[in-house]
Amino acid sequence: MIPVQFDYVRPESADAALAALAEHGDEAKLMAGGHSLLPMMKLRLAYPAVVVDIGRLSDLSYVNDAGDHLAIGALTRHRDVETSELVNEHAPLLAAATANVGDLQVRHRGTIGGSLAHADAAADHPSALLALGGSVVARKADGSERVIDGADLFAGFLESSLDPTEMITEVRIPKHTGAGWNFQKFNRRAQDWAIVGVSAQQVNGSARVALVNMHPTPARATAVEAAISGGASAAEAAEQAAEGMEPSSDLNASVEYRQHLARVLTKRALQEAGIS
Amino acid sequence: MEISVDVNGTSHAADVEPRTLLVHFIRDTVGLTGTNIGCDTSSCGACTIHVNGEAVKSCTMLAVQADGQQVTTIEGLANGEQLHPMQEAFMECHALQCGYCTPGMVMASVSLLDENPSPTEAEVREGLEGNLCRCTGYHNIVKAVLSAAGGDQ
Ligand SMILES: Cc1cc2nc3c(=O)[nH]c(=O)nc-3n(C[C@H](O)[C@H](O)[C@H](O)COP(=O)(O)OP(=O)(O)OC[C@H]3O[C@@H](n4cnc5c(N)ncnc54)[C@H](O)[C@@H]3O)c2cc1C
Ligand code: FES
Ligand code: FES
Repeated sequence: MIPVQFDYVRPESADAALAALAEHGDEAKLMAGGHSLLPMMKLRLAYPAVVVDIGRLSDLSYVNDAGDHLAIGALTRHRDVETSELVNEHAPLLAAATANVGDLQVRHRGTIGGSLAHADAAADHPSALLALGGSVVARKADGSERVIDGADLFAGFLESSLDPTEMITEVRIPKHTGAGWNFQKFNRRAQDWAIVGVSAQQVNGSARVALVNMHPTPARATAVEAAISGGASAAEAAEQAAEGMEPSSDLNASVEYRQHLARVLTKRALQEAGIS
Repeated sequence: MEISVDVNGTSHAADVEPRTLLVHFIRDTVGLTGTNIGCDTSSCGACTIHVNGEAVKSCTMLAVQADGQQVTTIEGLANGEQLHPMQEAFMECHALQCGYCTPGMVMASVSLLDENPSPTEAEVREGLEGNLCRCTGYHNIVKAVLSAAGGDQ
């Protein structure tokens, strides 16, 4: 499978990449690791006229301690996030979710910014971002920047709230040092995507819970969170896991099976996160 | 687009369409056919090579993304007639049958040990989850990797 023809540019800086986006608008697509975009281009589900390769912008690959949060460059590859000492210490949920992405080869190429911009409900990072209360920094060619809260980033099925001329430059993850957390991913074969997954994070005795592949977008399980805050046990709260979710039915699972998995996995995640 | 890729220590310059996949560049332009194509959808790992020393699936990279980078394929592992220790270990442990997955398995295994020189058996199995083998049942592959890592398998 080969993509349709396109023009390829590899700007030397984020500013040059943003200028290329501004010039070509809807016709252009950023390519970071290319591990979501290229498979879609090969299937001809995506056919940008211009590919703007930002994969080598190494100044956007970093994990920094920024006081109350970690600042992670958008071009930081999954493997570097997964093995980062800072991430493992202050946001171990993100490290675990990242370590569950695909396989080693995929994690050598895919980037955190690409994963979040792709806004796939079946992906692992978005759930961790939501459970950790993270945000992204989006920049435009005119130099303007805005911080998008994770809760506002996922707009629809495979759709982020980014403008086509915006680029994520940084991901910000509040520190959750020492707090209970857990990541659950259910699939049939080792490297597969989650049929359903759960990110759970303890926050001041309460819990933030986000589900993978249970809704057209990555989604917080707000009914579960409310139940925990209201004093319910993990087992009781987990019964609410499918509440408000509109999962799809596919080759791997029916709607009912996904709802069942969400309840079972949420219970496990809450208990493993130390919320009983 | 004019690109130049260092493949196994030799620089290969060519004019390629941007949509050319790296695996096609390696097989058809450079002429090294040790790198196999199994699934073409980044699922099987048969096309695994190293880019700047790290295992990647060459069916999920564009040749233009490898412009100016260092690529190592299975042909680049041996030192003349002297096989790479991982190749030796695969031979010793009978870690292949039809051999179709083998180039990718070996490249993934070498990268795995580069990052984790003394893995546990579970770490080897996890580290190779992106490589499928339809013949061996994996046991001997895992043994080979542990043996190359200096374990007493
Ligand atoms: C075999 C395989 C298995 C996988 N398994 C999993 C899995 O189990 N779980 C999982 O979560 N993911 C999985 N993935 C997806 C993987 O995590 C991708 O790397 C990730 O989704 C996209 O990151 P990328 O850097 O490759 O982005 P790209 O493919 O380069 O880009 C994806 C999209 O985001 C846009 N984009 C990229 N970077 C930016 C930026 N900085 N700012 C704005 N827009 C941007 C692009 O224009 C494109 O639309 C798998 C992929 C493969 C090939
Ligand atoms: S051919 Fe590349 S992963 Fe199967
Ligand atoms: S030896 Fe035949 S596929 Fe692995």
